[in-house]
Amino acid sequence: MQLLQSVLTRLFTTLITLIGVAVIVFFVIRVVPGTPIAMMLPPGATEDDVARLTALYGLDKSIPQQFLIWLSGTLHGDFGTSITTRQPVLALVLSRLPATLELSIMALVIATAIGGFMALTGTRLRGTKTEAAIDISNGMALSVPDFLWGLILILGFGVLIPIFHISGRISPSLDLPFTSNFYLFESVLRLRFDLWADIVAHMFMPALALAIPLAAIIGQLLKQSLKETMHLDYVTLARTKGYGENHVILHEALPNAILPTLTLVGVQFTFLIGGTVIIERLFSYEGLGNMAIDAVINRDLPLIQGIVILFAVIFTAVNLLVDLCYAALNPRLRHA
Amino acid sequence: MLDGRSQIKRKLPPRLILSAGWLILLGAAAMLAPWIAPKDPLAQDLFLGQLPPAWVQGHEPGYLLGTDSLGRDVLSRILYGTRLALTVALLAGSITCIIGATLGLLAGFLRGWVDIMISRAIDIWMAFPPVLFSILLIAVLGPGLTSIIIAIVVIDWTRFARVIRAEAMTQGAMDYVASAQVAGRTRLSTMFTEILPNVLPTITVLLTLEMGIAIIVEAILSFVNLSISTDDPTWGGMIAEGRTSIHQAWWVLVFPLITLFLTVLSFSQLGEGLKDRFDPVLR
Repeated sequence: MQLLQSVLTRLFTTLITLIGVAVIVFFVIRVVPGTPIAMMLPPGATEDDVARLTALYGLDKSIPQQFLIWLSGTLHGDFGTSITTRQPVLALVLSRLPATLELSIMALVIATAIGGFMALTGTRLRGTKTEAAIDISNGMALSVPDFLWGLILILGFGVLIPIFHISGRISPSLDLPFTSNFYLFESVLRLRFDLWADIVAHMFMPALALAIPLAAIIGQLLKQSLKETMHLDYVTLARTKGYGENHVILHEALPNAILPTLTLVGVQFTFLIGGTVIIERLFSYEGLGNMAIDAVINRDLPLIQGIVILFAVIFTAVNLLVDLCYAALNPRLRHA
Repeated sequence: MLDGRSQIKRKLPPRLILSAGWLILLGAAAMLAPWIAPKDPLAQDLFLGQLPPAWVQGHEPGYLLGTDSLGRDVLSRILYGTRLALTVALLAGSITCIIGATLGLLAGFLRGWVDIMISRAIDIWMAFPPVLFSILLIAVLGPGLTSIIIAIVVIDWTRFARVIRAEAMTQGAMDYVASAQVAGRTRLSTMFTEILPNVLPTITVLLTLEMGIAIIVEAILSFVNLSISTDDPTWGGMIAEGRTSIHQAWWVLVFPLITLFLTVLSFSQLGEGLKDRFDPVLR
């Protein structure tokens, strides 16, 4: 019962957050000097053009009225029409969303793999030079953001040892049999591993750039909580029973140590998704973030609004999911 | 008597010295740029385009780190770019710090509706993708130094507010605060005279980290060509140009990238080093 109540409270605050985001985006774009119309029109547009466009986008109404019209449209799934492409914002945004989701999830998988490996190796070899080396590389990886890692990867594996692609999502010369925009996922379903390999060769660099800081966080946190767990009595008991060190770490300590890491990974994952904006730009990857920067440069206001709202929805959804996972996994919260 | 102070001094970690050293060097470069830059950073010479650095075949004397595709001296541009990077770091960092820390203190110490309002705002802010938000703000405000600083302050105040709020809450529950209250201080005076000095170490650490972040934000904005006027040299702008000519002239990307990397690393290591020194428990 209490769990249900806390879930409902959480949903309610999530809703408030989203409305807050909507209000801020709306007003940032409109209240600041210069009407959106002036930003939309090419230089040399006539007074008549201005009036026509103003009416078309409903900008002749008062700002609270405009907001209500926009909000009710948004709630009905109508995000307006993109100014540059003249297509519905929702369709545009949804066509790019799969690319960004695939990239983010691939980055999360890479980060978990590297971070987990670092933490386990560091715990297994604690007190050795390897542990010290892992700590130092984690510290370095954390100090520098994904944007710089992306540039370093471009130099290293795009130019110096060119084994990966550094721009695009898939080689343009390939014939694409896909019906959805989840290229990576669909290539596996269709058993087209040639395409799969090409997509991975394109995605790996940007995904790794996004993954490096998160891997360091996972590595540090998991190692720390493993360290604490390793001193607990039940772990000592397992050891006296004669289990080997590997078994003790993997089967006894890890299940208990993983929970605190999980909560933090959730929050950090939203940072990773936010990082896709610039990383996609850097690697000319055709996702939502790249589209967002183009939209800003082209002053495509409806599109910008749609993308920011979508990002906010993803962020809050991830946070909500993590909270629910945490509640489901933590027995203390379940029975409370 | 044991002198604790000298004991601590002896253990000054190398990463503190190295990062502080690099930042001092950078500060000197920023101030002395007009005197130490070998060339005019804006001077173009199409006949000297994409010259390699001095130790590579085909270089020209006087262009130590080579030239970009317009024949501008890479070293001079990096030196001048330091000015914008450090200006943004200092100004945006400290304004963000003052606003964010004040809001955090108010929320954490006064609690009540002030806390509810500020915490809700932090929640809303956390739902924005920061890079996209900053690009959007610059697009709306127009390019320029003031816009960059406003964008960083508007986006990053939550970094301070979140942490300082939590610290102020912990401090506020302590006995010394209660005794200050009993002594008849007002809430606001207690906040500034009792709580603030105790959260100051945390604020210093956050400020150092924020300066590194501000430099990255400026570089990202320059990278997407939304920072300041396109003529002035910026590290991000040089990196963007280097990215496009990467297969012909790697040095246009590599040298600004190394400078940016070391600077961001230094701010971050300085912050982490200070954190360790202020509070060994935080480790």
